[in-house]
Amino acid sequence: MKRLFFRSPLRPSCAGLRAHSAAILTLLFFVMVITSLPAFAGLGEDATSISADQTRLRGTLRTTKSEGYTVHEIDSASGTAVREYVSASGKVFAIAWQGPWPPNMRQVLATYFDQYKQALPATQHAGRRPVLIQQPGLVVQAGGHMRSFAGRAYIPAMLPQGISAEAIR
Amino acid sequence: MRRANTTRANMIHGNAIALVMSCATLLFGLGCGGSGGSSSQHTTITTTGSNVQPITVNAGPDGNYTNGAFTSVTVCVPGSSTCQTIDDVLVDTGSSGLRILSSVLTIALPQQKASDGNSIVECLPFVSGYTWGPVQSADVKISGESASSVPVQVLSDTDFPVPSACSDQGTSQDTLSALGANGLLGVGNFVQDCGGACVSTGADNPELYYECPSSGCVVTAESLASQVVNPVALFAADNNGVILELPAVSSPAASLTGSMVFGIGTQSNNGLNGASVYTTDDFGNFTTTYNNQSYNQSFLDSGSNGLYFLTSGATGIAVCPDAPFFYCPPSTQNLSATNEGTNGTSGAVSFSVANADDLFNDNPNAFVFVNLAGPNSLAGFDWGLPFFYGRNVYTAIGGKSTPGGTGPYWAY
Repeated sequence: MKRLFFRSPLRPSCAGLRAHSAAILTLLFFVMVITSLPAFAGLGEDATSISADQTRLRGTLRTTKSEGYTVHEIDSASGTAVREYVSASGKVFAIAWQGPWPPNMRQVLATYFDQYKQALPATQHAGRRPVLIQQPGLVVQAGGHMRSFAGRAYIPAMLPQGISAEAIR
Repeated sequence: MRRANTTRANMIHGNAIALVMSCATLLFGLGCGGSGGSSSQHTTITTTGSNVQPITVNAGPDGNYTNGAFTSVTVCVPGSSTCQTIDDVLVDTGSSGLRILSSVLTIALPQQKASDGNSIVECLPFVSGYTWGPVQSADVKISGESASSVPVQVLSDTDFPVPSACSDQGTSQDTLSALGANGLLGVGNFVQDCGGACVSTGADNPELYYECPSSGCVVTAESLASQVVNPVALFAADNNGVILELPAVSSPAASLTGSMVFGIGTQSNNGLNGASVYTTDDFGNFTTTYNNQSYNQSFLDSGSNGLYFLTSGATGIAVCPDAPFFYCPPSTQNLSATNEGTNGTSGAVSFSVANADDLFNDNPNAFVFVNLAGPNSLAGFDWGLPFFYGRNVYTAIGGKSTPGGTGPYWAY
């Protein structure tokens, strides 16, 4: 199953047969585009398709190389920037985001999403607050408010030597 | 001998400077209207007026909420006398729009429809999850204020199936146990929850609004007038913002009462009264400087239940062993930061960070804690409800004029 990193492109609503045909064509177009692209890499996955995602998202891609890792940043049309931290072996060991709305968290966290979701409900001392999940295999920190969100997620054991968690942003 | 005398003189001199500085800090702290509630000489609570609504900080309707300010909101079928007063709605300056749990709503509000007749439903991302449910229309009445035909969100995961793109945001906030409140009253800096981006039919649409034919919900563009809206902005009068007025807190308490005052400078009871205006950027943020580092995504938010800032790695303050979302220093830390608006206004804020485990263990029946704090993402300071204790905090709505200038801004 191919993953969409950001939510799918806006589908036009349709009224009437003519609009309906147009919608089917549009849908076909998106299906073709989506299936012809490799998946975006989420946390812990292989980074394989970053430039293709950038094309589909009509965003800009910036790549910064540091010793031991590479940062790929995609700025989406909706204003949210996502940075993928990729190790020398090609694995995404951290992801950070910032923008008016959060990215699709299942796609950011990939196979770690269920672990994240299970860790979320903190029934003790209830209240609305930033997310802080600190487990041996997964750290997620996320905060902000309506129209301004930021966060990061990383796998502690996969952090390359020389990069501190504080540097992921 | 001579050298010893000189040293002693320097020490005395140094102590004198320290004493003067302590006094200055103390005076400055008082002048700023309170340091996390330890001093609040300038706070007055307005209790009467047609624009004044009581608010209470307590455990909330689920009995376990910490640092939550609750109030009552009356919703009516538009143009009718069919009304329901919803208690225990959380007052949230960090969002805009009224959201009510479907499970507490006993009257049937009219559903908002798209031009093709399909129901409009919203997915609103929050930090840890989402609210999902239909957009319906209500006359909203709070204190003596009212607004007609306000688009509100009714929170329900069952009226319309939750699309995967929505559930992918985390956990549903659509139940009493998840929300800890019967609803959210978003009285923040924005008129609409989404704004112009959701009007767009292009790729820049953040995909919050859906229309839901029987075949399944699909994203749709939503006009500004149809979006879920800060009800204050639609009041006939006193519609340019709100003031939250809460007394100072010196020790953990079971509850705290204060007022939400509608309008800024529109009545005799809601003037700025010398409060400093801190304007925000387009995203509702200003800058907080701490330890010589500036964080430009900082904000005030009555809907956050603590003072959340930086990370344990950045502050050197340990998190609690059993609750890593709170700080647990060995002893209470007295700290200071400086807030600066985009207009250049700046002022120091003193605040305290207590050991959260000790707070909860020593005060099992308390739900008001002025020095409850925890880590945030790196983005900056999230000044939650404890910041509001001992202060009158003004939240001006974007684009609305006030005696302190045009919103969006905070003043305190």
